[in-house]
Order: sequence, then C-alpha cells, then structure tokens
Amino acid sequence: MDGLNRLLFSGPLLLFVGAFLLLPSLQIGASALSDGHGGLTLRYIEALGQPQYRTAFQNSVLLSGTTALLGGLLGTLLAFLASGRRGWLAEAVTAFSGVAANFAGVPLAFAFIATLGTTGLLTQFLKQALGLDLYGSGFSLFSYWGLVVVYLYFQIPLMFLVMTPAVAGLRREWREAAEGLGATPFQYWTRVVLPLILPPALAGTILLFGNAFSAYATPYALTSGALPLIPLQIGSALQGNVAADPQQGAALALGMVALMLVSLGLYFALERRNSRWRQR
Amino acid sequence: MKRYQALTRREMLKLGGVAAGALTLGSLIPGRAQAKTLNTIALPPDWANYGEIMATFTRKYGITINNASPNASSAEELQALRSLKGQSRAPDVVDVGPSFAIQGKQEGLFAPYKVRTWDSIPANMKDPEGYWYGDYFGVISFGVNTSVVKKVPKTWADLKDPMYKGQVALNGSPLTAGAAFAGVWSAALANGGSLDDITPGIEFFAQLKKMGNYIPVDATPATVQTGQTPIVVDWDYLNLGYSKEFEGKLEWKVVVPSDGVYGSYYCQAISASAPNPASARQWMEFLYSDEGQLLFLKGYAHPVRFNDLVRRKVIPAELLAKLPPSEPYAKVRFATQNQLKKAQETLKAQWAAKVG
Repeated sequence: MDGLNRLLFSGPLLLFVGAFLLLPSLQIGASALSDGHGGLTLRYIEALGQPQYRTAFQNSVLLSGTTALLGGLLGTLLAFLASGRRGWLAEAVTAFSGVAANFAGVPLAFAFIATLGTTGLLTQFLKQALGLDLYGSGFSLFSYWGLVVVYLYFQIPLMFLVMTPAVAGLRREWREAAEGLGATPFQYWTRVVLPLILPPALAGTILLFGNAFSAYATPYALTSGALPLIPLQIGSALQGNVAADPQQGAALALGMVALMLVSLGLYFALERRNSRWRQR
Repeated sequence: MKRYQALTRREMLKLGGVAAGALTLGSLIPGRAQAKTLNTIALPPDWANYGEIMATFTRKYGITINNASPNASSAEELQALRSLKGQSRAPDVVDVGPSFAIQGKQEGLFAPYKVRTWDSIPANMKDPEGYWYGDYFGVISFGVNTSVVKKVPKTWADLKDPMYKGQVALNGSPLTAGAAFAGVWSAALANGGSLDDITPGIEFFAQLKKMGNYIPVDATPATVQTGQTPIVVDWDYLNLGYSKEFEGKLEWKVVVPSDGVYGSYYCQAISASAPNPASARQWMEFLYSDEGQLLFLKGYAHPVRFNDLVRRKVIPAELLAKLPPSEPYAKVRFATQNQLKKAQETLKAQWAAKVG
C-alpha cells in the first residue's frame, strides 16, 4: 500500500524526468558518439579540445560564474534589505523582480540596445548631461562586461525571488535567543544566519549559473557569436546554414551536461558539509 | 455513352493512342499548351515577387498554378520529385539552390530544356546541357541609414575609415546566418582573398572589430531604426526590402561594395516526370523572357539575365531608380559547392579565435 502510494505520487514525476531530461540526455550522448553511419567515433568529443571550443567553454564558465556570484551576492543582499520592511517599496521590488527575472531573449537584448547601446538613451544622457562618454572610456554593451551587465538584470531579481522565503524564514526569536545568550551581532550572523542561509544561497547560485550558462538568444542578439559561448556554438552547429554539424553540436551539449553535473556535485558536497550541524 | 460501351478492346487501345498522340503534338507546340495546370512547389508569394509572377502567368496563358507547400526547402523539393513520381500532383518545376540542382541532375530528376533566351544566361549560372539554370541571384550589399551616416561607403576599404566607428553590423553570426557568412566572403574578395580563400575576410573583420567599427550586434530592422546599426551588411534584396519599412522614418540607401561582389543564386529546373510538361516549358519561357525577368527584379531579386537587360536598356527607369547602381553586378562571383565547404571549415576554425 505504501509502495503503491509512493509510486502513484512519484510516478508522473519520474515519467516526466525520464521523457524530458534523461532520454534527451542519453540521445545527446549517443549522437555525440555516432559517426553518422551507424558506427562509433570519439572524433567529436576529441574536437572539443580545439581552440574555438575551448575558448567558448572558458568564456561560458567565466561569464556564468561571474554573473552567478555577483547576482547571488547582490540578490541575497537585496532580499535582506527588503525583508521585514513592509510598504510600497518592498512590494515594488518584489513585483519588479518577478517581471525582470523572466525578461530574456531578444526583447531583453533590444531593451539594452535602446538604453545602453552606442545611441542608447542612457548613453546619450550620460554623454550630454554629465559629459561621461561610456563608449569612449572602453565600455561596450557588445563585449564580455556588456553581457555581464545584461545578465545581472535578470540574475539579481531571480536570486532575490529565490532568497526571499529563506530570509523571511529567519525568526526574530532566534536573534533574541542568541542575544539573550550573549552573542555579539557578528556571532549571530556567522553562527546562526550564515549556516541557515548558505544552503539556499548556494542552491540559488547554482541555479543562476545554469540560467546564465544556457542563455542563447540574448548573447546572440548582442554579440553574434563574436564572443564565443557554448550555447551559440551549439546553435550554429545544429541549426546553422553555414557550420551545420549536428554531432559536434551534440558533443558540445554533452560537455555542457558534464559541466552542470560537476557544479551540481560541488553543490551537494558543500551542502552535506554544511548540513552536518543540523544533525548534531 | 452507349457507343463507347460497344467498343472492342482493340478499338479502345487505338482511340487511346490517338488521344496520346494529340497530347504529345499539343505539347510540342509552345504557347499552345493543352494541359491547363502547372504544379509548382516551394514558391513563397512574398519571395522574389513570386506572387505577382504566378498571377501574371495564369492571366496570360490561362494555366492554373497549384503551388504546393510555399515554404518548403530545396531538399524537400527534391524529395517531392522522388516520392510523387508518376502522380498527377507531382511538381512540374522546382526552384532550388545550386547544390541541389547538381544533385537533381545526377539523380536523373530533371529534364533538359533550353529556353529561347538561353544564350543570354551567364555560363557560370547554368548547366551546359540545360538540365537547370539560375533564375535569380542576390549579392552582398551595404544598407546605409543616411540619417546617421553622412558619407555613404562604396567599398569594403571605405569601412575602415574611423568615421564609421561603431556603425558596421552583420546580420547575425557568420557561423549561423548565411548572409553574414557571405558578407565575410565578400570582404575577403575585396582584400586579396578569393573564392578559395576566405581568410582575408576574417582578418578584415578582426581588424574592423579592433578599430571599433564592427559591432557584433545582430542587425534587425529594429536596431536600424534606433540608429544602433547604421551600416548593415546583408543580401541586396533584403536590404532593398527594408526600404519600404523605413519609409518616412529614416533615409535608407543600398549600395553594392564594388571591390567584393559576392553572390548566390537559385536554379529553376523541369521535372523529368512532370505531369504537365508543356505547362512546365511555358513557365520556363515566361520566367526567362524579359517580362518574367523584370518581375523578379521588381521583387528586388536580380534576375539571371540582369546584365543583358541593362545592356539592352529594357529596365524601366522608375524601377532602376529604386535599385543600387548596376555596374558592380557585372562583376558578381559565385562559389562552388566545394569552395563553400572549404570556406565554412576555415570560418568555423578561425572566426571566434580571430574576431572574438
């Protein structure tokens, strides 16, 4: 009975995960190892070592890492700032985050072009009103740091949304109890808040990493692949009119899956170490 | 009704023979097609002015056109020839890319036919035996927003001028978008490269990027309107097509860089098993007549006999005024399938490393 119940409730989920996560992953693996004529080959996996793919992996990891860390930090900070405060500002931040976290793709790219592009509104305003020439001082929306700015636009709100419940879960009684037992504020933050906040913060950061790692339309619209990123390379290998090479695309995707597994593994390891105190 | 029922089998065959003979005879006389339909495939009405071309053809010759799947690809067109063979709804004519035209001939899918204007079709755009021939082509052009750009660049070399800082954009990544890829190749032709060597084009864009002239934004009508991409490298028919969209919003001029005229073309061919061969030939004669060719041009697709039309001065002045200067078109060059493959490999290995 218990087993049946378990199956009844987990069954659909397992089916879903199987159909939309496991099967496609397996198929990607199979495609990456196939030579297209029914045989096996390691050619496409080996090709991942070629300079253009290596740079793309480096850029993707770096860009996703930077925006995940920055976004994670700022998003968490924002969650703390907004918590406990009621009123229109906190509500506005929450509402805005819900929108911004899901603002992506070409519309996002275009919004930034219109704002921060070479002829963008903000760019022009800074130049005319304050004499600050963004592009003259080396900034470009169409470069690595340009993408960091654009990504942060959805990363920070996403982190904020993820962290808000966690921060709201910190009860005032705990602080009072800690203070009552003679803890300094520093001790309270490092020994009570941090262990409580770290697991969701880590999970959130991993989520941000994956979020940035898989972004496609936005960086394509802004850089046309001049800044090599893995999703863009996969895009041109799979649906390109020029460099079509489906198996290579699958091999690249396999590389992405592997990297995500590594980061998830890292997360679980950290989480386990971190949660030891709870078992004590 | 009754009479036919009384016919013997032998008589029936005879009658059939006469009918078939009459059909063949009819199909031999051009302009007097007995069959009143033509099966086409993959002709989008808003592409290369096909909508008007088909309507004019039907009006003129009384032949109804059944246009199957307007947005099919070249590969799908050949597949339709293979799988619908012998059926009355099989395509009579196809419009495919050159590599598919070559493949179609090899597979015996096409029937040779030389139109009356055959001699004025450039040799590099036709099969010598008449199995297929180019119908229209496009070349790489600069679309220039002259509300922003005061001096219109005429060549690739011009684009290196510092006054074009942050103004030159491609239509996407050359690794993904065919037009951007062709743009790089066009730049290669202008910088000591050739149809066998795209590398100088890659280096040219690397240099443009270093100078800040090339911005890697994916150019779209929206980015043109905000002024973010005042110079867009794209196919001439697409850049010309934007003219209408920008009317009243900004000044838009299209020029073909005279130092690197790189083009691509499509080919027309008759199916070997065409159910309406007479209509098919009529269609071909119409497309390659001055009238048909001018209709392509009206849709901003340069017809294969464009240079001949220019030489004979048969293009109406008002149409000519909408087009970029025609001189560079005489220098157009097309890559072969092998050259394309080679250039793609080169680009794949070098683009990100040099330009990124």
